Amino acid sequence: MQNRYSFGGDEHLFVECNEEMSLEAFFKSLSMTNVIRDSQIKGITEICPANASFQIKFDPDVIHPDDILHEVKKIEAVAEKSDPKIKTRIVEIPVYYQDPWTHETLMRFRERHQNPDATDLEYAAEVNGFTSVDAFIKAHSGSPWFVSMVGFVSGLPFMYQMVERARQIQVPKYLRPRTDTPKLTVGYGGCFSCIYSVRGAGGYQMFGITPMPIFDPEQNTSYLKEFMVFFKPGDIVKFKPITRQEYDQCVEDVEQGKFWPKTCDVNFDLHEFQQNIDSYNEKLEGMINGG
Amino acid sequence: MAVKVLNPGLATTVQDLGRPGYFHLGIPIGGAMDRLAMRAANLLVGNDEGAAGLEAVFVGPTLEFMQDAIIAVTGAEMPLKVDGEEKPTWTAIKVKSGQVLSFDYLKSGARICLAISGGIDVPQALGSRSTYPIGALGGFEGRAIAKDDVLPIGAAKTINEGQSVPVELRRTPGSPAELRVLPGLYWHRITQDAGNNFFKDEWKVAAEADRMGYRFCGGRPLDFVDRQAPFGAGSDPSNVVDCCYPYGSIQVPGGTEPIILHRDAVSGGGYFMLGTVISADMDLIGQLQPHTPTRFICVSMDEALAARSDRSAILNSIRTSLE
Repeated sequence: MQNRYSFGGDEHLFVECNEEMSLEAFFKSLSMTNVIRDSQIKGITEICPANASFQIKFDPDVIHPDDILHEVKKIEAVAEKSDPKIKTRIVEIPVYYQDPWTHETLMRFRERHQNPDATDLEYAAEVNGFTSVDAFIKAHSGSPWFVSMVGFVSGLPFMYQMVERARQIQVPKYLRPRTDTPKLTVGYGGCFSCIYSVRGAGGYQMFGITPMPIFDPEQNTSYLKEFMVFFKPGDIVKFKPITRQEYDQCVEDVEQGKFWPKTCDVNFDLHEFQQNIDSYNEKLEGMINGG
Repeated sequence: MAVKVLNPGLATTVQDLGRPGYFHLGIPIGGAMDRLAMRAANLLVGNDEGAAGLEAVFVGPTLEFMQDAIIAVTGAEMPLKVDGEEKPTWTAIKVKSGQVLSFDYLKSGARICLAISGGIDVPQALGSRSTYPIGALGGFEGRAIAKDDVLPIGAAKTINEGQSVPVELRRTPGSPAELRVLPGLYWHRITQDAGNNFFKDEWKVAAEADRMGYRFCGGRPLDFVDRQAPFGAGSDPSNVVDCCYPYGSIQVPGGTEPIILHRDAVSGGGYFMLGTVISADMDLIGQLQPHTPTRFICVSMDEALAARSDRSAILNSIRTSLE
């Protein structure tokens, strides 16, 4: 699949690796943006990888748009030949599913929802053919997820489920966006899960909440002292269902600076993953559980 | 060395020229919406062009000076007063310790930039003093200024009052305002007729118009080219797999009301975009009031680059005139 190139005005080059979402398209976007970052092409001011596309902001006073297009196309040829492997990390994110705060919020916005008589989780379970909410939560927390994009607002991760397409969860967004979403809500829209980094408007279905801050402009949180944003594109995430008691404990630990997210370095190989997804995911889970 | 806020105005924030480099994490560049106005205001008071000033929209703040300073107000036409006495805009004005700066009603444009000699000396966050309220980042405690805030002011260079930016170098939106657009991105999603109508129709700035984006209404809805929805895009014909949004990009959710993203843009999302307002016209958007009639003008990349050069030449003329 060849990239589609287009200019976003005179300061942006927009590159679509594929119009549909896939791990292959995400990998192409990630590897090309990594090479572009290393290439030190003059005039580039921002490099933004997205799910199946990416964007480069440049200064046309320094480099002519035609020249940057030429340089990036050369990199596409190199990227297509490179092995789809990345050095990354797997992170365990505790999630209190069916929490009272997202429940209170979703009840306020029922008239904007496809099914006003069900909760977001009940609706998501039903449209994906699950017999119960518990079975749905098991599927959501049972496989790892790739952070395929960080953005929208401050440090919000979009996550793509690492299972074959037939098993992927898909849930429509709200009919009309809410004007409120609790901070750290674990949400779902289309084929992406997300974590709302800050309180605010949102259109994704709400499944639960994590006690773990992922954006801290004050940088008081123990694990955000070096940088205020927790996620990077390419991170692998594993959700861990927790109880109210565990949630409260975790919130307290975060406040006291005693909480450290469980993480482990990973060398991810897309080909190996594709050969046997379930066993590869088991291996990933073993790494995080083994410490 | 400080300035006290007696009345904050509507949504007055500390802004400089922004924080490039973090859009890939959803933290936008921010900074003054009318960058040329902020640069000019800073030049008038002897600051670096990238010093932090205040940006106020529609309603100006009332400020008590706790020190002598040179100030300049640029951007929108909003008469300013020092202890009740009217002073000119786009001009270096002397304010003495204890004097109060206030503003009259907005006459034209939407946003003023206020520079104070020495600059507003709030701490930098990720290399900039700009306020990003959604992320509670930068500026004065990560938010718009409020009554009784005391804004710290840096050390000023010696500068004379009275210098002024020549009238012909100031830019005001016409009526209809004209915004030049380079078609692209997901332009292929709409029909040829829809594309033509977009440029033919007269639009109006809608009520939702802020630092994040400007919404427009009044033109004909856009028809889409039929397709089978790509996996992950969503079922609405205006949906795409969530992608990055350029500054100035024009998305049209549901094909009805175009939204132009500005300095506090969300960095990405799942709506198609039909093109991007060229860099030369971004400042102008920041000066549009709700209900302003607006036309979108289709341009080529060469025309976009020529327009950019014209804007640079004007900035250089301002620099030269104030040397």
